[in-house]
Parts: sequence; structure tokens; C-alpha cells
Amino acid sequence: MLRHGLPPTVVLITIVAVLLGAAAGLQRVREQRYPPPLITDEAPYIISGQAVRRMAIGYSALAADIYWIRAIQYYGGAKLQLANRLSADGGAQGALPDYQPLYPLLDLTTTLDPRFNIAYRFGAIFLAEPFPGGAGRPDHAIALLEKGLGERPDKWEYMQDIGFVHYWWRHDYRAAAEWFDRASQVPGAPWFLRSLAATTLAEGGDRQSSRIMWASIRESAEIDWLRNEADRRLLQLGAMDEIDELQKAVDRVAGESGSPPNDWQSVFRASSVPVDPSRTPYELEDGRVRLSQKSGLFPLPEEPRRMGSRVP
Amino acid sequence: MRAVGWIAINVFRESVRDKVLYNLVLFAVLLIGASYLIGQLTAGQDVKIIKDLGLAATSLFGLFIAVFIGIGLVSKEIEKRSIYSLLAKPIERYQLVLGKYAGLVLTLAVNLSVMVGALYVVLGCMAWVEGPLAARAWERPALDPMLLEAVALTFVELAVVTAIAVFFSTFSTPILSAAFTFGLVVAGRFSADLRDFNQVVDSRAAAAVARALYWLLPNLAPYDIRGQVVHGQAVTAGYLALVSAYGLLYTAALLIAAMFIFSRRDFK
Repeated sequence: MLRHGLPPTVVLITIVAVLLGAAAGLQRVREQRYPPPLITDEAPYIISGQAVRRMAIGYSALAADIYWIRAIQYYGGAKLQLANRLSADGGAQGALPDYQPLYPLLDLTTTLDPRFNIAYRFGAIFLAEPFPGGAGRPDHAIALLEKGLGERPDKWEYMQDIGFVHYWWRHDYRAAAEWFDRASQVPGAPWFLRSLAATTLAEGGDRQSSRIMWASIRESAEIDWLRNEADRRLLQLGAMDEIDELQKAVDRVAGESGSPPNDWQSVFRASSVPVDPSRTPYELEDGRVRLSQKSGLFPLPEEPRRMGSRVP
Repeated sequence: MRAVGWIAINVFRESVRDKVLYNLVLFAVLLIGASYLIGQLTAGQDVKIIKDLGLAATSLFGLFIAVFIGIGLVSKEIEKRSIYSLLAKPIERYQLVLGKYAGLVLTLAVNLSVMVGALYVVLGCMAWVEGPLAARAWERPALDPMLLEAVALTFVELAVVTAIAVFFSTFSTPILSAAFTFGLVVAGRFSADLRDFNQVVDSRAAAAVARALYWLLPNLAPYDIRGQVVHGQAVTAGYLALVSAYGLLYTAALLIAAMFIFSRRDFK
């Protein structure tokens, strides 16, 4: 006991707490006067998976998890930053994140843990998707999936995903059909791959095939992001169907009246306005039905084309 | 054998007195904290990451205990001069080395069992929270008994590492023993690089030296099947038996060498 009656332990804890509090206070003052630089460079320091594997000294699966978390955090952060910037100033101020670190991060993840299934499938969707939704690099998506196939040659899902990238983003229906056919020959592959291969080869793209593929991705999605993306794409396909139906009605009215209508009242003769699956009203201008830019489904994907009607 | 058993129990008691098992609290906090944080950080894959983290942590914590306790087992007795009173008792020197080794292996076994129990509890809670719908997307169930295969090989690996630490501890200082043991652990985990050294060098002599080291140094890489079991890749009983038998033989060789060196040491 000290002279003032407080036990030494209490005095010691108080001194330590006061010192730590003072240190934290000083740090706060320093950060206010000399703000620390923001870390804007998201690029991984080491891009060689083999080097990281060696540095992990037997704990490469854990290192793969760390890179996977980094990839997810990077993608989520970049997407949020882009959404905020594009809605605030249209992306006019400063450089926009371009998702370039996404491929090296996923490549590192899959080198450290070659069976990290979700990393391949996540890459297939978000590396291929055009900016600002993704990196706009279908070649990287295919490279990552082929790397996965090197590790697991019986994984029909990767073959389906490669075919999907060719189909949806590259509109290379011949390559897509080849991959769907290859996937269909793997034991345990779903029945629809065989008909998908035949349809894609004979006719090129159609909405029904796109719907089957997104539904399949949704069905096998291991994470919410993939599932949400598939849901969004399925809603977009639904909106495209609705636009076609509405366009037919608008064309009919235009034929009867002799001039294209500019408002929905003249089409349906009622006050109701048709809305898309995200509950945003469709736009009608000069007889053309469009999805509103305010819609959560905007922009609609490029329509899969039939082979005969391919634009050169 | 009774003397060996008594020494082993005393080593275990000493490690409990030295608060070695406090690492279990740290392990539990790490796992529980990580299971919450990972849920916030990742879009799915929480169970896979918790399995990876749990298995890596059991191996890493065990490694630190094996090395840092192992290197002091014999040298501490010499430093504190308690070796004289020990050797005055009716025990042989080889019994002392064996007992010390067995005591630390017992400590590791208890430690590992509790850590694995905690890992399964956390995984069970995660499975319960996430529900059967989320579980359908998992490669393997949360409470996968296959994890025990990885834990079993981790235990054999730690037994080999403990033998290395005890071996160095019979003739070297604790700091040097720690350095040598960690060096051998790292080299042992890169054994495949030593085996394939001829692919990166032209010199036949260098390749031959590397090849000789490959056979001589402890090969610890085969004990890492953590990635395989987490992904549900089958590990055959034959593989487990061969790798375990290798560990047993290597441990026996190291302990015999340690007993020989210790029995010839002059403590005057």
C-alpha cells in the first residue's frame, strides 16, 4: 500500500492507462496537423504466386484466404467508389479505379490454393464484365478459368464458364459452343449443356440460352455477389422481353395513328405507366421504348444475336 | 520405463506451471474473433477460411511450443545446475532425454486436442448460424471428420520437430538450438526444391549435394495436407501410414543421437 492508500496495482494500471491515453491523444493531434497519406495504390506488392507460396512456408492455404479477402475487399471498395463518383460528378474528378489489380489478386489466390473454386468463378464474371461493373478483360477471365481446368480437368463448371464468357461477352458463338460441348461430355454435367451447345452452334445467341446460363450460375453460386449478379442479369433479360412486348404495342399505335407516340397514355389510354422489374418506369420517346437510366438494371447488356444477323 | 514416465509427467506439469497452455486462450480468442470478422470481410467462404485458419494456427502454435520449450528441456537443467541433482538420482541419462521428449509430446497432444475441440465448436456454431441452405454450397460439411487427418499429421510433424529441438538442446545453447531447429523446419518444408535442384543449376556437384540433403534433412512437406482435407480431397490410409512411419523413424534416429551425445557429455 502506498501512503495515499491506493494499492500499487491500481496506481500502476492508472499510470499505464494515462500514458496510453496520452499517446493516443498525441497521435490524433499529429494526424490532424500532418495527415497521413492515403494508400491509393491497390496493386499487390508481390505478383509472383510461387514467391508468395515460398514465403508462406507451408501455410499457403491461409495466404490464399488473405489474398481472396483482399480481392473481395478491393472489388467491393472499387465498385462502391465508382458508384459514388459516377453519381456525384460523372467521374470527372481524378482517376477512377479500373479493377486492374483484380486479376493479379485472383491469380495469386489460385496459385496459392489451386482448388479455390469460388476465386475462378468470381473471376469469370467480374473480370469479363465491362467497366464500370468489372475489369472488362474476358481474356483474363478465360486465362484464370483455364488455369483452374489445369488443376481440375473434370470441372465442367469451368468449361461452362469459359463458354459463357465467349457467348455473353465476346459473342464468339462457335468457341462458346465448343466449350459447352466439352463441358457436356464430362460425367455429371447437367443435361442442358448438350442442347445449349447445339443451339449456340446452330443459331448463335438467344435470350433463352442466356437465361439458362444465368439461372445455372445462380443455382451454383457459392457467394451472394455472384447470386445477386445472376439475379440482376435475369431481371435484365425479363426487362428486354417486356420492352419487346411494349414496343409491339407502341408500333401498333403508331401504325394506327400515323405518328409515333411520345407518352404512355396514348398507348394504353390509361394513367398507368409500365415499370421495369426494378419498379422504375420505362421511357417512351419518339415511338421507342427504353429502359430509364435511373433504373437499377441500366445499362442493358448487348443483345445476344443470332448468327445470321451478326453485325459485321 | 517408469522413470521415463515420471519425467514426462513432470515436464507436462512444468509446462502447465509455466503457463504454456495459455496459448489455448489466445487460440480460442483468435478463432472466435476471426469467425466474426471474416463474416464481415468476405462474401462467403467463411467456413473454408475458418478451417484454414484453425488448422494453420494449430500447426503454428504447436511449432512454437515444440521449438521454444524443446530447446530448453535439457539445456535449462544444465544452466540451472539442477542436472547434478537429477543425475544423482537412480535414473540413466538416456531416460532423462526420453522422458523430457515424451513430456513435451504429451503437452503438445493435450494442446492440440483442446485446439481441435475449439475449432470444431466454432465450426459447429457457424454451421448452426448459417443454416442448411448455406451449407449446400460448401465443398465439405463444417464438422468434417477429414480435418482430423490433417491434425494427426500435424501432430507427427510436431513430434519430429520436438525431437530436432531436443537433439540440439543436448549439446548447444538455447539460442543456437532455436536457430538450428527453425532452420531445419524451413528447409524441411522446402524439401521439394532440394529434390528438384538439378533443374535450376547446371553443376552436377551442387545437384548431388542438394539431393543428398534432400534425403538427409527431415522432409516435412508431406505433413501438410491441410489444403487437401479442406477441399475434401481424399488422403489414403497408405499415405498417412507411410508419412507417419517416416516421422517415427526420423524421430527415433534423432533421439538415439541425442541420447548418445547427452550420455557422453561432461558436466564438470
